[in-house]
Amino acid sequence: MNPSAQHQDAEGARLGMWLFLFSELLMFGGLFVVFAVYLQRYPAQFADAGRQLSLFFGTGNTVLLLTSSLTVALAFEALRQNRQRLCQGLLGFTILAAGLFLVNKGLEWHAKFQHDLYPGSQTLRQAPAGQELFFGLYYLTTGLHGLHVIFGGVILSWVLVQVRQGRIIATRPTMLENGALYWHLVDVIWIFIFPLYYLLL
Amino acid sequence: MHNHSQHCGAMRQLIVIWGLLLVLTGVTVGISRLDLGALNIWAALGIATGKASLVILFFMHLKEEGRAIGISLLVALATLATFIGLTFFDVLYR
Repeated sequence: MNPSAQHQDAEGARLGMWLFLFSELLMFGGLFVVFAVYLQRYPAQFADAGRQLSLFFGTGNTVLLLTSSLTVALAFEALRQNRQRLCQGLLGFTILAAGLFLVNKGLEWHAKFQHDLYPGSQTLRQAPAGQELFFGLYYLTTGLHGLHVIFGGVILSWVLVQVRQGRIIATRPTMLENGALYWHLVDVIWIFIFPLYYLLL
Repeated sequence: MHNHSQHCGAMRQLIVIWGLLLVLTGVTVGISRLDLGALNIWAALGIATGKASLVILFFMHLKEEGRAIGISLLVALATLATFIGLTFFDVLYR
């Protein structure tokens, strides 16, 4: 193989990842703009609807995502220090947290469906207009975010396998680094979803 | 060779940032239970921006990155701000 084919441009790879994350940011940004416009139009109905979300699940999932963001950052640090076992353990914990987040989300959505709170449900069709909009945006935004949690979990599982096989190492950390960047973005988006949807007064 | 104590410092720093993020989560939940009128939403957004900045600067290592990533982040945020600003300019004064 010629030397240039083996050349790895770590900074270029990270820049590419950041550019992708910006496109994600703008996509979620669109959903936040729609939310902001309707919040401004229906403040009371949005607050009434927001109060029906579970503060317990919302806060619990926030703590879970923040902690998993820490563990994936620590996993990268452990790889830098050539502590492979620690790195694998931290990645495993992060993936577990992703799974737990989804279980919580599932329980939360299940409870909402049982209370007849979903787009097109009897209760919401009879409620003031803003409430159905709130729940429509809630399912769309947390659903899209949940898809990102699934992708993040899959990517980090793949990274874990690569670390185990010795293909991701301290001198070639790019895959773990970019996987972690993606996971942090999932966390950043949730940081905005949480107060906007769960903490409306 | 790698400096061991320096690396331990890096891990400790990440854990401190995580602690700060948890504290800010508690603060934002606490403030949301008080009735501050229009201030509530701005406090929530301000704290969320602070938390996001901590994640981006420390967990995502923006502090250690070169200029290319920093400037492109600013461009992305400015694009988003323009998008939000122009939308509200339309919606509020229609």
